[in-house]
Amino acid sequence: MSEASDLEQRFEDKIAADERIEPKDWMPDAYRKNLIRQMSQHAHSEVIGMQPEGNWLTRAPTLERKSVLLAKIQDEAGHGLYLYSATETLGVTREELVAALHEGRAKYASIFNYPSLTWADIGAIGWLVDGAAIVNQISLQRTSYGPYARAMVRICKEESFHQRQGYQIMVRLAEGSEAQKQMAQDALNRWWWPSLMMFGPHDGESAHSAQSMLWKIKRMSNDDGRQKFVDQTVPQADIIDLTVPDPDLKWNEARGHYDFGEINWDEFMQVISGNGPCNRQRLGQHKKAHEEGAWVREAMAAYAKRKAETAHD
Amino acid sequence: MTNHGDIAEYALRLGDDALVHGQRLCEWCADAPFLEEDIAIANAGLDYLGRARMLLQYAGSILGRSEDELAFLRDAPEFRNLLIVELPRGDFAFATVCQYLLDEYELLFFEALTNSKDETLAAIAAKAIKEVRYHQRRSVEWMRRLGLGTEESNRRAQAALDELWGYVAEFFDADELETRVIADGVGVDRSALEVVWRDRVGDLLDEVELSLPGDEWQVSGGRSGVHTEHLGHMLGEMQFMQRAYPGLEW
Repeated sequence: MSEASDLEQRFEDKIAADERIEPKDWMPDAYRKNLIRQMSQHAHSEVIGMQPEGNWLTRAPTLERKSVLLAKIQDEAGHGLYLYSATETLGVTREELVAALHEGRAKYASIFNYPSLTWADIGAIGWLVDGAAIVNQISLQRTSYGPYARAMVRICKEESFHQRQGYQIMVRLAEGSEAQKQMAQDALNRWWWPSLMMFGPHDGESAHSAQSMLWKIKRMSNDDGRQKFVDQTVPQADIIDLTVPDPDLKWNEARGHYDFGEINWDEFMQVISGNGPCNRQRLGQHKKAHEEGAWVREAMAAYAKRKAETAHD
Repeated sequence: MTNHGDIAEYALRLGDDALVHGQRLCEWCADAPFLEEDIAIANAGLDYLGRARMLLQYAGSILGRSEDELAFLRDAPEFRNLLIVELPRGDFAFATVCQYLLDEYELLFFEALTNSKDETLAAIAAKAIKEVRYHQRRSVEWMRRLGLGTEESNRRAQAALDELWGYVAEFFDADELETRVIADGVGVDRSALEVVWRDRVGDLLDEVELSLPGDEWQVSGGRSGVHTEHLGHMLGEMQFMQRAYPGLEW
């Protein structure tokens, strides 16, 4: 057996035995590339996701809500940092990953290309968007790449707090005045379908799914995740008397799951190909902050160099 | 025995400093020069919001108003914060120099306030001083990076310093109310902090190759409710929800 196929066999054996692949282990190039794509997309999503929430930080209705929201957004930044670091173990730098984002070569969760228009959207984002993300992330705790799996364990703990704070905002609105109820319903109407889109295309049509499942990078199919999310979220909407905006939604006793309507896949394709309502705004904001920060990063590097030289003398 | 109204007003002033500065820090969300700084600025923001809440709750307990009523239902002339914290956020140099000047002041102020005869204020100060020590270590390090980094960072830091310097005199102004709470051992004599503050700031500016601006231009008025034009706009944004939907629970 050649050395290369020996390495490949060992890799395949590890995957088959549900062992973790670690940064110094040999891995196929395609596995590495696939991971870099998925993990950096995940990191970018955490970071871009700060924008729609940050949009309400300066207008949060109470000081307590403001503090909790700021802490949540700080968590997201921390998740981004943690995921960038985990991705860097694959031999790529954060600068390269951010450049790929800016040049449109890397994506982020398309849900953040929708606007956050009222305070209720902050509730809906926590409840639905974080709720959908958790379904995915729980399964990723068993992903085959060690640093990614460990990052997910930590991130999941914080995400469940986020989901609860979002739902709690919705509960409060649903118990409130007519205007508040309407605000909550309107937010659910706008965020429901994009949340279902977060799980990606149907299994048969997902570009990277099959290979990712074989390599155990992905541990749950898109359609299974979506079903799980619908099943756990619909009763939560019922409890607070909000109506899920899907006329085809109904409990299927035989399947033991909710049946639900078809996603508008044209809209999905539009948003992931850069034509959602906020794609340009989100990317533009990230680029602007990055460009405006260039002189700060340069100053930091120059000072570090100067300090190192002085220490040398 | 200090008049309760005086204590409430005193707590309100300190609460407003923290609230308004915390609100400005919130404006940096997703806008910092790199991700680690997003996290660090949020950290400081959380400290200020937490401090604001403790102080406004304390003032509110005497005045019979909630922290949110005080934060969201007062108009600009009723705010009592120092002007320096309400200035528009500016670039990273402006925010850094502002934070540094404030940190050196707060370090002296809260250290002294831990000795307040008012137990609540002393306890709040004891918590705040730990945060301020950390903020100050961080802002000193940034002053070094900006002052000694590149020509551009030095130029931007100097421009920020020149702009901000007009607002530092207000750190050390005391009015009648403050004179009363100082006499009772409740408040801090801020005028006594000025010499040490000027020494420390002067030394650091010297070290990081920034020049000390002149004192010919000085603005004050925050403690008596005479603000810059900027505060009203900030409140317009911050108070939007409570103004648009009065009297609701969130």
